Amino acid sequence: MQQLLNFIFKNRSFLLFLVLFGASLTLTIRSHDYHKSQFLGSANQITGSIHHLFSSIGDYFNLKEQNAILFEENNRLKQLELNSLTPTPLPLNTGHQYKLTPALVVKNSYKSPQNYLTINKGNRDNIKVEFGVVTPNGIVGVIDKTSSKYARVVSVLNAKSKINAKLKQSNHFGTLEWNGKSSNTVQLYDIQDLVNFSVGDTIVTSGYSMIFPENIPIGTVSSYRLNDTKDLYIIDVKLFNDMSNLKHVHVIENLDLKELESLNSNNE
Amino acid sequence: MNNLLFSNIGRFFGLVLVQVLICNQMNFLGHLNPFIYVLFVLLYPVGSNRLQFLFWSFTLGIIIDYFLDTGGAHAAACVTIAYIRPFFLKFAFGAAYEYQAIKFGQTEFFPRLTYFGFLIVIHQILLFSLLFFDRYKIDLIMSNALSSSLFTLFLTLVLSALFSPKKS
Repeated sequence: MQQLLNFIFKNRSFLLFLVLFGASLTLTIRSHDYHKSQFLGSANQITGSIHHLFSSIGDYFNLKEQNAILFEENNRLKQLELNSLTPTPLPLNTGHQYKLTPALVVKNSYKSPQNYLTINKGNRDNIKVEFGVVTPNGIVGVIDKTSSKYARVVSVLNAKSKINAKLKQSNHFGTLEWNGKSSNTVQLYDIQDLVNFSVGDTIVTSGYSMIFPENIPIGTVSSYRLNDTKDLYIIDVKLFNDMSNLKHVHVIENLDLKELESLNSNNE
Repeated sequence: MNNLLFSNIGRFFGLVLVQVLICNQMNFLGHLNPFIYVLFVLLYPVGSNRLQFLFWSFTLGIIIDYFLDTGGAHAAACVTIAYIRPFFLKFAFGAAYEYQAIKFGQTEFFPRLTYFGFLIVIHQILLFSLLFFDRYKIDLIMSNALSSSLFTLFLTLVLSALFSPKKS
């Protein structure tokens, strides 16, 4: 007993090091696992509000640019409205399958191997996990943590992100993932080698997942190659969204989600 | 003693905020973000309680992880360089370390460069390995770690020169 105590006392700094290193390693491994990360991270009240405070100062520097983006979007909607046959725009958020909530990005990262965004809407605004996040240009990611005022979004630029996507023309679908290399290119896997497509074709969401509606733009094919077994394509997709410049985003809530989930659970 | 304590606490919080709010938004040359918070570990007073030092390094790392959504990668890298620091202190400063007489503000440039350089490179390699966490991406890990090490090393040397007390 005495010897054991002596041993512990003698090596106390090494043991403390092992304990702390082990703890942080566990946290890291858990953070790489989609459903196991427990900490709220940047969506936490304290970290969220510090990010929020400073991003609201930084926002003044690109007000002009953000205005131009919103103006462009307004212009597009106006054009749709004028050219549509129905005289009044359809009332939003009533009798539809999807409900949109506007949100501001308070923290954005796009250069790290695992990218997350933090937005300024949370439980309080009925934002829940597994809601999709988009901009007028295309998809941004999926929410994975919420606190009362903030939510964390797993960006499409994250190795954890897996989104169902398809070729717009031929409706062949695959999985959208990211290999961590470039912040404006993601990869579409599992497209069969029989499928015809060419560089420049548009990739959109497939609508098979319950998170995103069908036909939300993602990007265009920039290059493609066959995988190691030569039967499936790996397609590089250049994103429509400039991930480095995100400010105004929409959170998509699928109002039929509960119904769809109960159907699926009945099947099992 | 109290003065030292306060300057350490100030450095701790100052570095967290500067790291999270400024350095991680830099994206120098498109993708480089310096990790200047390692300065806390590098400049922690020599000869102080080792257990406390490990504990504070871990806390610093965890707070950075919390802000940047990186799980525990920063904490692991921080604790590691805090633990192996004495070895590199001895390697870089030799006898001065034996006598516990190092004042970082008064050290020569080259010993300081080796000391900072080794610890920063180890920190960055460990950090990026944990961030990517994929053995097939070794090339990405190494290129990221080395380029960001260089940038971090440069900035930490400049900052430590700017903010260290003058030689008298």
